[in-house]
Amino acid sequence: MGDTERPRIYLEEHKIKQDPNDCGMADEPWDFETFKNNFRIVIVRCDSMEMEFDIIGVHPAIANAFRRIMLSEVPSMAIEKVYIYNNTSIIQDEVLAHRLGLIPLKADPRLFEYRSEENEEGTEHDTLEFELKVKCTRRKDVKDSSSFDTIYKNHKIYSGQIKWIPKGKQSEIHSEVSVGPIHDDILISQMRPGHEFDLKLLAVKGLGKDHAKFSPVATAFYRLLPEIKLNRTVSGKEAFLLQKCFSPGVVGIDDNDCAYIKDARYDSCCRNVYRYPQLSEAVTMSRIRDHFVFNVESVGALKPSIIFLEAVKVLKMKCRKFIGQIESI
Amino acid sequence: MYDKYNIWGNDPKCWKTPIKPLEEKWKLVPAFLQVKGLVKQHIDSFNHFINVNIKKVVEANQLVLSDADPLFYLKYLSVQVGKPDIDEGFNVTKPTTPHECRLRDITYSAPITVDIEYTRGSQRIIRNGLLIGRMPIMLRSSNCILTGKSEFELSQVNECPHDPGGYFVVRGQEKVILIQEQLSWNKMITEEFNGTVQCQVTSSTHEKKSRTVILSKHGKYYLRHNSMTDDIPIAIILKALGVISDQEIMQLIGTDPDTQNRFAPSLLESFQHKIYTQQRALDYMGSKLVVKRFQTSGSKFKTPGDEARDLLATTILAHVPVENFNFQIKSIYVALMVRRVMTAEVNSAAFDDRDYYGNKRLELAGSLLSLMFEDLFKRFNWELKMIADKNIPKIKAAQFDVVKHMRPAQITIGLESAISSGNWTIKRFKMERAGVTQVLSRLSYISALGMMTRVNSQFEKTRKVSGPRSLQPSQWGMLCPSDTPEGEACGLVKNLALMTHITTEVDEAPVIRLAFNAGVEDIRLVGSDAMNNTRVFLVFINGNILGVTIDLQRLVQVFRMMRRKGLLGPFVSIHTSHFQRCVYIHTDGGRLCRPYIIVKRGRPMVEQIHIDELNSGYRKFEDFLHDGLVEYLDVNEENDSFIACNESEINPETTTHLEIEPFTLLGVCAGLVPYPHHNQSPRNTYQCAMGKQAMGVIGYNQKNRIDSLMYNIVYPQSPMVRSKTIELTNFDKLPAGQNATVAVMSYSGYDIEDALILNKASIDRGYGRCLVYKNSKCTVKRYANQTYDRIMGPMKDLVTNKVIFKHEALDTDGIVSPGEMVVNKQTLINKEMPAVTSINPLEQKESGSNPVQYTAVPITYKGPEPSYIEKVMVSANADEDFLIKILLRQTRRPEIGDKFSSRHGQKGVTGLIVEQEDLPFNDYGICPDMVMNPHGFPSRMTVGKTLELLGGKAGLLEGKFHYGTAFGGSKCKDIQDELFKHGFNYLGKDVFYSGITGEPLEAYIYSGPVYYQKLKHMVQDKMHARARGPKAVLTRQPTQGRSREGGLRLGEMERDCLISYGASMLIMERLMISSDAFDVDVCNTCGRLAYSSWCHNCKSSANVSKISMPYACKLLFQELTSMNVVPRLKLQNY
Repeated sequence: MGDTERPRIYLEEHKIKQDPNDCGMADEPWDFETFKNNFRIVIVRCDSMEMEFDIIGVHPAIANAFRRIMLSEVPSMAIEKVYIYNNTSIIQDEVLAHRLGLIPLKADPRLFEYRSEENEEGTEHDTLEFELKVKCTRRKDVKDSSSFDTIYKNHKIYSGQIKWIPKGKQSEIHSEVSVGPIHDDILISQMRPGHEFDLKLLAVKGLGKDHAKFSPVATAFYRLLPEIKLNRTVSGKEAFLLQKCFSPGVVGIDDNDCAYIKDARYDSCCRNVYRYPQLSEAVTMSRIRDHFVFNVESVGALKPSIIFLEAVKVLKMKCRKFIGQIESI
Repeated sequence: MYDKYNIWGNDPKCWKTPIKPLEEKWKLVPAFLQVKGLVKQHIDSFNHFINVNIKKVVEANQLVLSDADPLFYLKYLSVQVGKPDIDEGFNVTKPTTPHECRLRDITYSAPITVDIEYTRGSQRIIRNGLLIGRMPIMLRSSNCILTGKSEFELSQVNECPHDPGGYFVVRGQEKVILIQEQLSWNKMITEEFNGTVQCQVTSSTHEKKSRTVILSKHGKYYLRHNSMTDDIPIAIILKALGVISDQEIMQLIGTDPDTQNRFAPSLLESFQHKIYTQQRALDYMGSKLVVKRFQTSGSKFKTPGDEARDLLATTILAHVPVENFNFQIKSIYVALMVRRVMTAEVNSAAFDDRDYYGNKRLELAGSLLSLMFEDLFKRFNWELKMIADKNIPKIKAAQFDVVKHMRPAQITIGLESAISSGNWTIKRFKMERAGVTQVLSRLSYISALGMMTRVNSQFEKTRKVSGPRSLQPSQWGMLCPSDTPEGEACGLVKNLALMTHITTEVDEAPVIRLAFNAGVEDIRLVGSDAMNNTRVFLVFINGNILGVTIDLQRLVQVFRMMRRKGLLGPFVSIHTSHFQRCVYIHTDGGRLCRPYIIVKRGRPMVEQIHIDELNSGYRKFEDFLHDGLVEYLDVNEENDSFIACNESEINPETTTHLEIEPFTLLGVCAGLVPYPHHNQSPRNTYQCAMGKQAMGVIGYNQKNRIDSLMYNIVYPQSPMVRSKTIELTNFDKLPAGQNATVAVMSYSGYDIEDALILNKASIDRGYGRCLVYKNSKCTVKRYANQTYDRIMGPMKDLVTNKVIFKHEALDTDGIVSPGEMVVNKQTLINKEMPAVTSINPLEQKESGSNPVQYTAVPITYKGPEPSYIEKVMVSANADEDFLIKILLRQTRRPEIGDKFSSRHGQKGVTGLIVEQEDLPFNDYGICPDMVMNPHGFPSRMTVGKTLELLGGKAGLLEGKFHYGTAFGGSKCKDIQDELFKHGFNYLGKDVFYSGITGEPLEAYIYSGPVYYQKLKHMVQDKMHARARGPKAVLTRQPTQGRSREGGLRLGEMERDCLISYGASMLIMERLMISSDAFDVDVCNTCGRLAYSSWCHNCKSSANVSKISMPYACKLLFQELTSMNVVPRLKLQNY
C-alpha cells in the first residue's frame, strides 16, 4: 500500500480535521481480498506484563471491540467472598474485603469454571480458597527502637502473607508457585499489637464488566500512529526549538543544523509547535486512521498476548452467537 | 500622620532606594498561628476569664451581709478554678479527659473553689477551698489537661493533635459559644434617626447597662433615657449636674457666636421652666421619672429629687465615673455629646457609621461566661442572704453555719444549662439571648474549624436594611470577604480571617498614668473654655474622657513607641480623629486586630536575617513583637496607617506598615479554594458553604468517637493543588476529598445541569466510597421504687427453638455484638422497663408479693439498608446510670444522585455511572474518573478551576504539589512550561478516542486532576416512596415525612390542575379513597351523623343511609357539634 493512500486525520491547532478526500471507512465497500492484502498485525514488544503491537488496516470499530473486550469481557480470577472470623484491626470489614478483592491473583482463569448461583461453598473447579491468619505482636527481645518494623511483628500485612489452601484435587493440578497473589508487596493493612486477622478468602472467576477487579488488564488501549511532515526546512535555533516541541527522538538534527523527522511513532502528539507561531506552519501533524498501536498491560495473571487471543475468542463467540441468532429468525 | 512628624527624622532622599522583596515573608503566618492557633481568640478570652476576671467578679461581690444580724458577714477572700475532674460520689474525684466526657455524656468541668471568712455566732472562721460550683472548661484553655501536651501525649488521651479546641464538652456534646458581634459600648455614635439628629451612647459597666440619647428637636436639645418619661431639656440636665449658671453652660458647649445662637433656645427653655438651681433641676427631673412598679424593700424613702440625683449618678451615662456626686466629668461628657449633635446638624460628614468595624466589639466565650457567672454568683449570694435572714433569728441547738447552706449545684447547673441550651439570660441586664451556643459541627475538620471562627451578628435577620449585611471596607483583613452563608443570614454571619486576633481586656490604670506622663492634662483641672480651644485635643480612654492635650503627635508617638518597645500591652491602641479633635486610647476587650510589619523610613523592619532566624528556629513570633518589628493594629488604628500590600507599593514618605501576606485576608474555609483570585466572587462564597458539607477525615481520633452522625471517606487524598492556608490549617493532613481525573467534555446527555458522569471502574477501585457512622444509645435506669430497667437475652421461638428474627443480631447479654449485620426492625438492645416506676404506697403494698411487671422497650434499628455494628460501649453517665452506646456503620459506594463538588462552588449530582470501556481514553490509555460538562464554565466564570486542573496535571508529571494560594500561587505560564517539558500539550488538551465508536474525538479534551469533594447529601438518605403505609391517628390520613414513611402530598396547586382538567374521579381517588375514606351513617331526617344505622337524635333508624366521606370531614362535624354548631347533611339520590 502506498504511503499517500493511507487515510489520515490532521491534528490542527484547535481540532482534529478529517482528510478532505477521505469519506471514512464506513463508506468504503468492504472487500475481503483488499482487506486481506491490507491487514497486518505487527508485534513490536512483548513480555509477560506488557505488549505493544500494531493492527493495521482495520475499521476502528473492530480495534475498539478488542480493546473493550480485553477490558471487560476476558475473565480472570479475583477474591469475591471474604469470610471474616476475626478482625480486630482498625480497618473496617467491608473496606478490608474491598481491598482484598482488588489484589491481582496468579491463577489461569482458563482452568476454572464460572461459579453457579446456587452453589454456596464452591467446588475445586470454580473456587480458589485462601487464608489470611495473622496477628500483630510486640517483639519481646527488642527494647529501644523507634522503628515499628523492629518493635512489632506483623505490623504491616502484605499480600504475600495470603496462603493458598488447595481444595480437593487442586494441589495436583496447580503448583504452589502458580497460585496466589501476583505481587507480594501490596500493603493490605497496618496493625498494632493485639490486632488480628482471621480470614478465609474465596476467589472466583468473573468478568470485568461485573467489577473492575475481574479485568485481566491494568489497561488496554490503542492510539493512532502519528505522522509528522516538515513543510519547509527548519534550521538553526528554530530546529532545536522544534526538537523540543516533540517527544525525544522524534525530531533529529543533521549536520547542517537542519531538522528532520527521525521517527514519529513515539511522538506524544502534544501539538506544542502551535505554541510558537513561527513554527506552526512548518509542520503538518497527522495520524494514520487505520493504524492502531495497541498497548496491553496485563495485571499479571495472563500474558498480554494470551489476553488478546482470549479477546479474539470472545469476539468470535459473540459473532457466532449473533450469526446463530440471525439465522434462527 | 507619621510622615510630617517623623521623630527618627532622616534624610528622605536616601529612603528612595529600591527595597528587595522579603523572601518567605509568609513564614510569619505559621509563626503567628503557632503561638496564637486558629482559635486562640476563644481560648485567650476564656483564660482571661478563669484566671483574671473571675477574681474581679468575686471581689466585686465579696460581702454577704444579713439584715437579721449586723455582726454576720461572709467574705470571699479568693477564688480558684481547678483542673477538670469527675465527681465519683462520696467526695471522691478523679481527673478526666475531654474524650471520656464525650463518650460518657458528662460535662468537662472543673471545680470553682473559694476561700471564705465568715462568722458563726460570734466566732470568725476561715475556710479554704470550698466548692461553690463547677465551671465547664474550654478545651485547650489554661486549665484543660490538653494544653502543653505533645502529639504523643494527646494520642494517649484519645485527642487529635489538630483539633483546635476552644469549645466545651457539656453533657457529652461539643458546644461552641459563637463570637457575638455588637455595637461598641461606651462610645458616642452620632447619627440621623427618623429625621432627627442624635448622639447616643450605650453605657456598660459591671453593674448597669443603659442607653442615653441626646437629640435635637425644633432647634432645642434634649436628653432621652428610658428611666425618664419625657425628654429632658439639656440645660436642665446640665443644671442638675451642677453647672448652674448659663455662662458656665455656654462655656461647656462652646462660645463661638454661631454655637451661642443655636444653643440659646435651649437655655431659654430652662428659663421658661423657671429652673435656676440644681435642686430645682433635680426636682424637675424627679417629676419625670418612670414610676417604679415595685418599691425596693421600702426601707428608705427618697424624695423624687434625690432619686433623680441617684439616677444621674448611676444610671444615666453609667460608664462616666461619678465620685461623691461630683458631676464634673459627666457634665463635660454631656456637653460634648451636645456639641457632636450640633456639628452633625451642620456637617453631615460628622455622622458616625454604625457598620464601621471600629465601632464594633466582639463578645467571646470569656466575657459571656463572665456575665453569666456573675449573675449566678449574685443569685447564690442573695440566696445565702435570704437563708441567713430566715435562720439567724431562729434559736437552734447548733449555731447558724452558712457553709452548710451553700449549694454548689445552682452555679453548676446554671452554667451547664446555659451552655447546653444557648439561652443567655442575665437578670440584672434584663438580657435574654437565644442561640448563643451551637453544637460543634463535626461533619468535616473544616466545618469544625469554620464554626470556631464564626461571628454572629445581633442584628435581626428579618429587617430589610442592607447596611449591616454588606461588605464594609473596614472588614479588610479582619473578616473573610467570602465566607458568609447565603439566604437570610447573608452578611450577618461572618467568619474571622486567618490572622485576626480579638483583644482581651488590659488594665487601664497604668495606661492612664502613661498618658498623663506623656502630656495629657487631667480633664478635672482644665477650664471648660480651654477645652473648646481649637488647638486642644480631647483624650479618651475606653470611651471616657481622660484629659486634653496640645501636642497630640507627641502623645501618639510616645504611645506607639512604648508599645513597640513592649512597655505597653501589644493590644493597646491609640488613634486620632482630627475632625472630632480627639485622641482615643483603647485597652478594652473585643476589638479586632491583626499583625503588620512596621515600616520605618520606607524600609520594612523585618529583614531577611530575621526570617532566617525564624527558619532556624531561634526566633518566635513573640520576638518579632518584642523587638518592635511587627505590631498589632486594631481597626481604628489601621485607619490611621498607610499599609502597603507588598514591598513594591511602599512609598517611603507615607507608608507606615507592610502587610505580612495578602492571602491572610481570607478565612479558613475560603483558604481551601485554589486560585480564588481568578474566580467570580460568589463561587468562592458557595465553596465556603460547601466545604463544610464535604466528607473526609474529621480528626485522628475519629475511630474512637461515637458521634450521632459521622461521615468519612474511605480513601481521602490531599489535594494536588494546594494553598498556603491548606497547609497552615492542616487540611492536607485531614483532607476531605479526592483528586479525580476529569475530562471536560459532554457525554451522553446525562450530564446536563451540572450532572457528573462517573467511571464505574473508578468506583470499583474505591473512588468516592464513604463510611457513614450513626449511633444509638440508651440508659439503664434505676427508679425511686427500687425497680430497675433490665436487658434480656435473645428470645427463642417456642416451636423451632431458634432465636427469633428480631433478636438474631443480639449477643447473649441482650446487646448486639460488634461485627454483626443488622437489618430494618431488628433489635439492638433488648431493654425492658418496669411497668410501675413511681413510688405509690398503695401500689407498693400490693406489689410487695407480686413480681415486678416489665414492658419491653427495645432499641431497634431503622433504615432501608442494613448496617454493621462497629462497636458497643457500656459505661455510666453522670447520674450513675448505665449508658450503652452502639456505633453503627455503613459503607456506601457512589450511586446515581450522590452529590459531588469541586472546590470552586461547582456542585453536581451523579447523572450516570459509565463502564470504563465506554469512556473516552487518550494516547496514554488514561480514562477519566469523571466527566464534567463544559457548560459549567462560561456562566460561572470559575477560571480558578481550569487553573487547578492544569496545575494538578503538571504536578502529577513533575511529582510535586502546585500552589494556588490566593494572590499568588504557581503562575499559569510556569505550569504550561512544565507540561511542555513532559511532552503534554501546553494548553492541557489531549487527543481522546471515543470509547464507544473507537474513533478519535474531533475536539481536544481539557483533562487532568481536579480535587472533588463528596458532599453529605446522598440519595440513600433521601429516597422515599410509598404505596401503602402508616396513617396518623387523629385524622386517619397518611403520615407526613420520610422518617415516618409518609405519603407524598397532592397539594393545592396539583389539585387545581386536576380540577381545571376536570378529572373529578382522580381527585376523589387521591383526596379521599387513597387517603381517609370513611363510611359514615347519616340520618336524612335530622341531617346529623348516626351510628350503626341508628340516629340517636331521632331515636329511629328509618332514614339512615350510609355514605363515604373523608374521616377529616367527619371529625370536623363532630368538633363543630361539640361547639354547639350543628352541621346538617342533606342527602339526595343522583
